[in-house]
Amino acid sequence: MLPPDGLITLTPQGLYCRAADAWIDPWRPVPRALITHGHADHARPGCGAYWAIGAGAGILRRRLGQGIELHSLNYGEALQLQDAQVSFHSAGHVLGSAQIRLEAGGESWLISGDFKRDADPSCAPFEPVRADVLISEATFGLPIYRWPPGAEVAAEIRDWWQGCPQRPSVLFCYAFGKAQRLLAELHALGVEQEVLLHGAVAALIEPYRQQGIAMVPTRPLSELPRDQGLEGRLVLAPPAAQASPWMKRLRGAQTGFASGWMAVRGARRRRGCERGFVLSDHADWPALVATARQSGARQVYVTHGQSEVLARYLREVEGIAAEPLQGGGLAERGNPDGEPGEALP
Amino acid sequence: MEYFGEVPPGDGAWALQMLLGNQRRRLLSSLRLRQICLEGTGLPAWLFDDCYRQVGDSAETIALLWRQRSDGATERMPPSPAAEASLQQWLEELLPPLAALQPDEQAVAMQALWQGLEPMELLVVNKLLTGGFRVGVAQGLVIQALAQLSGLEPARLRHRLMGGFLPSAAQFTALLDAADDDASLSSRPYPFQLACPLDPERLNDTTPANWQVEWKWDGIRAQLIRRGGACWLWSRGEELINPAFPELIRLGEALPDGLALDGEVIIWEPDAPGPRPFGELQRRLGRKAPGRSLLAELPAAFVAYDLLELGGCDRRPEPLRQRRAALEDLHQQLLAAPFPAGAGRLRLSSTLALPHWQALEALRAGAAAAGAEGLMLKDLNSPYLVGRRRGSWWKHKLEPLRLDAVLLYAQAGSGRRANLYTDYTFGLWDRPSDPSVAAGEGEPGQPAALVSFAKAYSGLSDEEIVALDRWIRSHTLQRFGPVRAVEPLQVFELAFEGIGPSKRHKSGLAVRFPRISRWRRDKPAGEADTLAAALALMGCRP
Repeated sequence: MLPPDGLITLTPQGLYCRAADAWIDPWRPVPRALITHGHADHARPGCGAYWAIGAGAGILRRRLGQGIELHSLNYGEALQLQDAQVSFHSAGHVLGSAQIRLEAGGESWLISGDFKRDADPSCAPFEPVRADVLISEATFGLPIYRWPPGAEVAAEIRDWWQGCPQRPSVLFCYAFGKAQRLLAELHALGVEQEVLLHGAVAALIEPYRQQGIAMVPTRPLSELPRDQGLEGRLVLAPPAAQASPWMKRLRGAQTGFASGWMAVRGARRRRGCERGFVLSDHADWPALVATARQSGARQVYVTHGQSEVLARYLREVEGIAAEPLQGGGLAERGNPDGEPGEALP
Repeated sequence: MEYFGEVPPGDGAWALQMLLGNQRRRLLSSLRLRQICLEGTGLPAWLFDDCYRQVGDSAETIALLWRQRSDGATERMPPSPAAEASLQQWLEELLPPLAALQPDEQAVAMQALWQGLEPMELLVVNKLLTGGFRVGVAQGLVIQALAQLSGLEPARLRHRLMGGFLPSAAQFTALLDAADDDASLSSRPYPFQLACPLDPERLNDTTPANWQVEWKWDGIRAQLIRRGGACWLWSRGEELINPAFPELIRLGEALPDGLALDGEVIIWEPDAPGPRPFGELQRRLGRKAPGRSLLAELPAAFVAYDLLELGGCDRRPEPLRQRRAALEDLHQQLLAAPFPAGAGRLRLSSTLALPHWQALEALRAGAAAAGAEGLMLKDLNSPYLVGRRRGSWWKHKLEPLRLDAVLLYAQAGSGRRANLYTDYTFGLWDRPSDPSVAAGEGEPGQPAALVSFAKAYSGLSDEEIVALDRWIRSHTLQRFGPVRAVEPLQVFELAFEGIGPSKRHKSGLAVRFPRISRWRRDKPAGEADTLAAALALMGCRP
């Protein structure tokens, strides 16, 4: 549990900083919310005021309402909230994602939010930040998870798609973050063909283009004339579309799924796609351990996913005081197929 | 087919062996591989176990963890020379010697072999070492491919494969040899014909007179082969079970040469009216060489129901009507002469009279009293076919027994079900929970308690599994390692084939083939069944 007299405490609304009188990624409406990123389990509607990175503002407004009171920040910008100094630092997770650092009374805390350290052409790279206390995610907190470079996976996906000109290729991936990362990776590989999008993915393309993220040309599948064949076309869709009537138009397509969970055969088989591509926007095991180490934190609290395992490893092997933060994230995630932290719009 | 056509016969032989699921030899245990992996990676054992719980497969866990060694770097090791080896080299030269090494050398050799293998290769190597390699391919499909390649009939290939295939280039070449020389088959059984569950609609256009009706015996299916002065008893799993049943081998040796009988091995005393329950046969199956007292206590019989070969001549193409007549003639002849080895050991499976289809259910209901598990219906005009073909053999088993039990514990499955709670333990009440019913039973005032009674893994749909998994995660009372004790609230109807006393289970009962037949979301846990209800079912089955 978090100490009751610490800079950050756990309240029924979520993590709270008394010195700043603000909540971080609250899960119920509060007067003042600091938002790490726009995924639905981190950014919820109904708060009085929001502080978040400007690059992600378009997405936040789209999801929480155009009329929200939103204070846009740059990475590293100093912000004074009441008695606390607050700064947002790049988390490398998705466009506009941040780690949030709070300092007051001579003590600093860092809330990692969701982060990754792998190269990603669709967002700013992760920035290592030091603090006295770290609250880290642990979605993939097992050493079996170790990501290959995203560019390598994107090349596999390109070959899979272009090696099958006689059928459409449907790749399921999360609509916010993963899809845009893939489109940017494909662009970086020199792909120029147009990629078709499910509506949920298409809705989030514009905010990325506005931020100057270079991606391959795209078009919503719904805007393609009905009589046009889909053979040899790549279509990106959210995982929920897999078992939906939307798939009717894509009968006979080869299917793939891009997620960190695809590293394990059991999950690949359960997902029921022909191919699983290991691509995650969360930190893998080496990145989680390195981040805890580099933060210089004297105390680490671990939340989300494999919190007990990572905490024990940090304690027993790395010699860092660490413990799981019960209730710090959301309730235990029951479905190992959904990528935690990457809920659908 | 392309693969088999391209590779040298040595590789083809091993690939066939593996596709047939025959490669089961264990060179190293999973535990030993885990140990070597831990030494090599320096990871703590508890962390390995947590990973295993997520992956659900120890060979794959090692394949994924081995990459941790090159910490922080993604650079690949130079490919190991072993990566270029052929399948035959792997299985004959590279892997087997590892088993014989001293522990230290073994660890070094193992790590050297793992080094430079891609995770997928590493996974396959580990599976081969532990004997756990399986490919989910139907045998029929493999045989089809070989049939196309060789131009041989699939049935002939199946027959050549019966009783085991040794993975060698010579055997592989002989298997696909188009020449009609089947001397190698002399000890082999014929491929078994199997029955399908009865589809009553399919009987509508026929009369009972076209069918041979028999009891469905609750033993093990077997073929007794007598050829060239020797005798073999083959189980349906194509295992030679001669040593376990010496009295049946003596019986076989008293039979005329050139004979193959299809039937059931079962425990049946010579003078008894009916056989003993399956549980007693199990006591014989476990023994390689049964002692004299066990042989006397649990004598085996061969209940013959079909004749596949007589006088060295394959009778399978003949209609059942003729095979049955020949079987009855043979039985009569044998009994006419002194037959000490066979008296009471060779039994003819009796045929049952069925005047009209309306009498079928009443006849089936009598199966329990006869010591059988149901009825068999066989088309009298059908030849003896290979495998499970719908239409000519039907089985009509007794309805399963059923009880409503409460979910007590859950454990994650493995493989496709890794990380999903799919292995369940169920309990029954030790006394009725309704006080008015409980009057006069047990200690007054003592509340009823649940006693664990059976485990079941199958029967729920994928959607139900996911829903129940969620429920389990949010209603956990306590965790014991991988096992979760859950709030005793969910009721499931369990179906099973039989119930008997057991010293191994807390409830004192053991059930056969338990599976979930229904999720009783409508039923409160207090209304689940009691142990007394389970005991009352005990008399209902052989």
